[in-house]
Amino acid sequence: MEHTERAAHTVSYKANILVWLTLLVLTGLTVIIAGIDLGGFGILMNILIASLKAGLIVYIFMHMKYESLLFKLMLLMAIATLTVIIMLTFLDTLYR
Amino acid sequence: MNATNTTTDTAHETHVDYIGSKMGMWLFLFTEILFFGGLFLLYAVYRSSFSQEFYTTSAQLDMTIGAINTIVLITSSLTMAFSITAIKNGAARLSALYQLLTIIFALVFLIIKYYEWSAKIGHGIYPGSDALLSQGQGTIIFYSLYFVMTGIHGIHVLAGIVIIAVMINMTTKNKISEKDFVRLENTGLYWHFVDVVWVYLFPLLYLIG
Repeated sequence: MEHTERAAHTVSYKANILVWLTLLVLTGLTVIIAGIDLGGFGILMNILIASLKAGLIVYIFMHMKYESLLFKLMLLMAIATLTVIIMLTFLDTLYR
Repeated sequence: MNATNTTTDTAHETHVDYIGSKMGMWLFLFTEILFFGGLFLLYAVYRSSFSQEFYTTSAQLDMTIGAINTIVLITSSLTMAFSITAIKNGAARLSALYQLLTIIFALVFLIIKYYEWSAKIGHGIYPGSDALLSQGQGTIIFYSLYFVMTGIHGIHVLAGIVIIAVMINMTTKNKISEKDFVRLENTGLYWHFVDVVWVYLFPLLYLIG
């Protein structure tokens, strides 16, 4: 089976620790940024950092890096759906 | 991992579909994304109409407690990832130990959450309370969203603890092994998803004030 190759891929302890350390650093960064008054820019930075953290968790911890294109496209579709729903709602509430 | 897996006691064959199994889990997670997405959408809309009140009310939450819980949950994700690395390396006992550590971190998260909620409820702040209803509309909505979102997230953490406990049992009985570990991997997917939800909840609830 061609998929056994992909299934057998093991993320090393070292790689996992590296991801964990990066997540900790980003958490620290998000707290520091919250302490500085950046106005509307602050929340944008916080969401950006949160998305960076979420992406890292999905990519390495959840093995998306090693999944087939089908899985990647499926995830993209789910995120795109949510984005469209949010955008359409704001088109309604902002221009009401 | 393997396409077929023959049971030893009978001639009956068990079919294990690794890719299908994982895809099923991801499909479930997509429904979860849209479920939590709906709550985040509510948050976003109300935040844009009550931005000043969301700003001042968010400052009433303890940022330190939120940050500690973030670290606890991120670390539980690490031990979960370790347990999968261990099982793939054939170290079942070590994997079970990492799963147990994940449960312990999850319990620490819930205990901290319990104290946080208790403090708020002790001040008379809970959905529908007189102290809360006497405040501005934005504050009422912020706290309602806070209790619903952290509450539903907490239920997910609780469910995760139960599922991981079942996984520990299966690992010690050799039902999860180097040869067949997709159930543990799917549990890991769920657990990391719960972590991802918190990654967004933390800045949106605790850090905007």
